[in-house]
Amino acid sequence: MLDLVNIFVKSIFVDNMIFAYFLGMCSYLAVSKTVKTAVGLGAAVIFVLGITVPINYLLENYVLKAGALTWFSDDLADVDLSFLSFIMFIAVIASMVQLVEMIVEKVSPALYGALGIFLPLIAVNCSILGGALFMQERQYSTITEATVFALGSGVGWFLAIVAIAAIREKIRYSNVPAPLRGLGITFIITGLMGIAFMSFMGIQL
Amino acid sequence: MAEKKEALFSKKNRKLLSDPLDSANPISVQVLGICSALAITVQIEQAFVMSLSVLAVMIFGNIIVSILRNLIPSRIRIIVQLVVVAALVILVDEVLKAFLPDVSEKLSVFVGLIISNCIIMGRLEAFALGNKIWPSFLDAIGNAIGYAWILVAVALFREVLGSGKFWGIQIIPESFYELGYMNNNMMILPPMALITVALIIWAQRSRNKDLIEEN
Repeated sequence: MLDLVNIFVKSIFVDNMIFAYFLGMCSYLAVSKTVKTAVGLGAAVIFVLGITVPINYLLENYVLKAGALTWFSDDLADVDLSFLSFIMFIAVIASMVQLVEMIVEKVSPALYGALGIFLPLIAVNCSILGGALFMQERQYSTITEATVFALGSGVGWFLAIVAIAAIREKIRYSNVPAPLRGLGITFIITGLMGIAFMSFMGIQL
Repeated sequence: MAEKKEALFSKKNRKLLSDPLDSANPISVQVLGICSALAITVQIEQAFVMSLSVLAVMIFGNIIVSILRNLIPSRIRIIVQLVVVAALVILVDEVLKAFLPDVSEKLSVFVGLIISNCIIMGRLEAFALGNKIWPSFLDAIGNAIGYAWILVAVALFREVLGSGKFWGIQIIPESFYELGYMNNNMMILPPMALITVALIIWAQRSRNKDLIEEN
């Protein structure tokens, strides 16, 4: 249990997707003008990461990894399909996003209204594919660990985008040098927040 | 064919090449492909290899999508584009693993992330889907070089100031260190990449006032 809490906290603060790896920066910069839309996109990211990473985990461990196909037949023990992982992961992500969009539209129109426009954007958000690739690189031992990691990364991303949106709403009233307005100052603020987040480094529960 | 009506390097086509270098730069103006631009700029070598990989993927991606542009049903175009890009990225990844194993090790997941690098999808979606092959090719080169110069510039600052090296070779002489000069370890940390890009944006926008944003 403590292991899981450790992974969760670590993926939120220490390995924060935005501040430590800059994943999903494009939508982070584009959709952070107001807190309301930032919350919508952040929630959609948590949701999609929580669904796609476990699926990709299963795919990785039962299809792609060297020797992963032994459950099917012992002859396949030497087969290593890991070179296909990029294309498989992105196919899973793109199709899951499409599927999730359709299900949410049917089941919960209210949620669809809130997340709807953000879901298609997410298929090409680096943090989703990044989540799958980090999961592959760090070799989590169980699917629970992978899921907890995914949710933690999502929450970290959510926190980051909501925080920057709140700051950007306020910074409108301050006198930023003209060439730095908009993009430039957002970069600098993100950098400063990143430095602040570095103080979490090395936390162990 | 476009080539018959206009010269290969007509004014319009030259603009396709030169705009992305400055006034329509993918990183500092279009805000595309930031993720990878920041994460792999600690050393010039990595930044250079990354830029070459993006160049290769962009050129072939733009050409392939431009060839297929009339065949792709618009409903599933995102998946088709992703598959084209993913296949190209696999090729690049295998080539890097085979010929530059140590750089490939350092780039780790970021080679894979070229797939969801918005610069590639963005240009496929915005340009290659609606244009002929030759302009798409030029657009790919222009944007990839616009991306590359920012990457290499950021890496130059970070490597020289952060570890006193250029392409892995020590360029700040020992005698400086004896006089009390120290490498600025801040520059190696990830957040400084953001601040370096912000400074580039600042310089670019004070020169080119049209790019200044509201608020």
